[in-house]
Amino acid sequence: MTAELAEPASKIELPAHIGGGGEIPSFDVTLRVRRYNPEVSEESTWDDFKVTMYGTDRVLDALHKVKWELDGSVSFRRSCAHGVCGSDAMRINGRNRLACKTLLKDLDTSKPITVEPIKGLPVEKDLIVDMEPFFQSFREVMPFLVNRGHEPTKERLQSAEDRERFDDTTKCILCAACTSSCPVFWTDGQYFGPAAIVNAHRFIFDSRDDAGDMRLEILNDKEGVWRCRTTFNCTEACPRGIQITQAIAEVKQAILSRKV
Amino acid sequence: MSATEIKAPRSGQSSSGQISEKTTAGGRIAPQYRRSGSSKGNFEMLSWLFMRLSGVVLIVLIFGHLTVNLLVGEGIHAIDFGFVAGKWADPFWQVWDLAMLWLAMLHGTNGVRTIINDYAEKDSTRLWLKIVLFAATAVIIILGTLVIFTFNPCPVVNGVQLPGGFCPAP
Repeated sequence: MTAELAEPASKIELPAHIGGGGEIPSFDVTLRVRRYNPEVSEESTWDDFKVTMYGTDRVLDALHKVKWELDGSVSFRRSCAHGVCGSDAMRINGRNRLACKTLLKDLDTSKPITVEPIKGLPVEKDLIVDMEPFFQSFREVMPFLVNRGHEPTKERLQSAEDRERFDDTTKCILCAACTSSCPVFWTDGQYFGPAAIVNAHRFIFDSRDDAGDMRLEILNDKEGVWRCRTTFNCTEACPRGIQITQAIAEVKQAILSRKV
Repeated sequence: MSATEIKAPRSGQSSSGQISEKTTAGGRIAPQYRRSGSSKGNFEMLSWLFMRLSGVVLIVLIFGHLTVNLLVGEGIHAIDFGFVAGKWADPFWQVWDLAMLWLAMLHGTNGVRTIINDYAEKDSTRLWLKIVLFAATAVIIILGTLVIFTFNPCPVVNGVQLPGGFCPAP
């Protein structure tokens, strides 16, 4: 079929200088992706991909374009693609970001945009890392409600003020951007990491929970909160804007006021 | 701890210290990430607290030291062997300088200890760096303490007095 379909006439008269309604500026970007495939080589390499993207596109859209149109072997994780599931945390231009929340137009598109896997966790392929050590620390702080009182017949009520106490740390989506931005975690991976402490904080300061003491005891470990050097990397990296360093400081205070 | 029955899970370790892959998914975790059991005691908490408290005290001690030595009276021009000898004849300054020596050395040592913990990648490197660090600290603290308490401004060597205009004739 060669006949071109005519666009339906616009219902609104636009002056000529405004141009098409949905016109979005487009630009060329170079995506410099860290590649690793243990079946081929133990060495990681950089691959450059040049793609034409639009002002509304995110780094994730560029990765999609690369994977779908240029090189299908590029591997990365993403699920919801809307900043909720926490699957696509990666190091973009040296900073831990969610690829689905980072607009290309906010980056310097005159230079190649580097995309690497998050640091400190074992890389499995390209941008995919083994999250198991991260989740193990998360499990160790018992991120679930422990209540020894009577089971209520309805819901467990809580005042708005009590809920507000830990509101910030309920926002965590477990993307590992914070833990993998922490220099202490990079060294040996022994530190519990910011994400585990944030999720402990969420229950330690919950008035309905009874196992705060146990969680404080767990985080009083030599690899616990005392390894935090307050470099604020985690707070800077958090795609949810959680004040992580402050949450860690509050857990430190809680341990101190319990022990001293 | 309060009476709750739930056992906190540890990476790859059950309560008996055995690696238990069933309960903790320890088998799926790369070995270098596995924590080697829980640490008993509050050493890291106390060292964290010591850093804050000694830091605050050191600010007072060091700025007091600098003010008295460099600003008060003739200031920097008054400093000589006799000035130091005069200060250490006073128990107040002996205690002041002793506190400054001990707090500064322990504060600095603890800081370097955490840097070694954070940046040394191998356990053997860590061990050797810490041995050197603690040995150096011990030597400086012992030597400094000895000097503060046994300082003699008018030493007599082989019956001859060493120079010092303020010393009484032997």
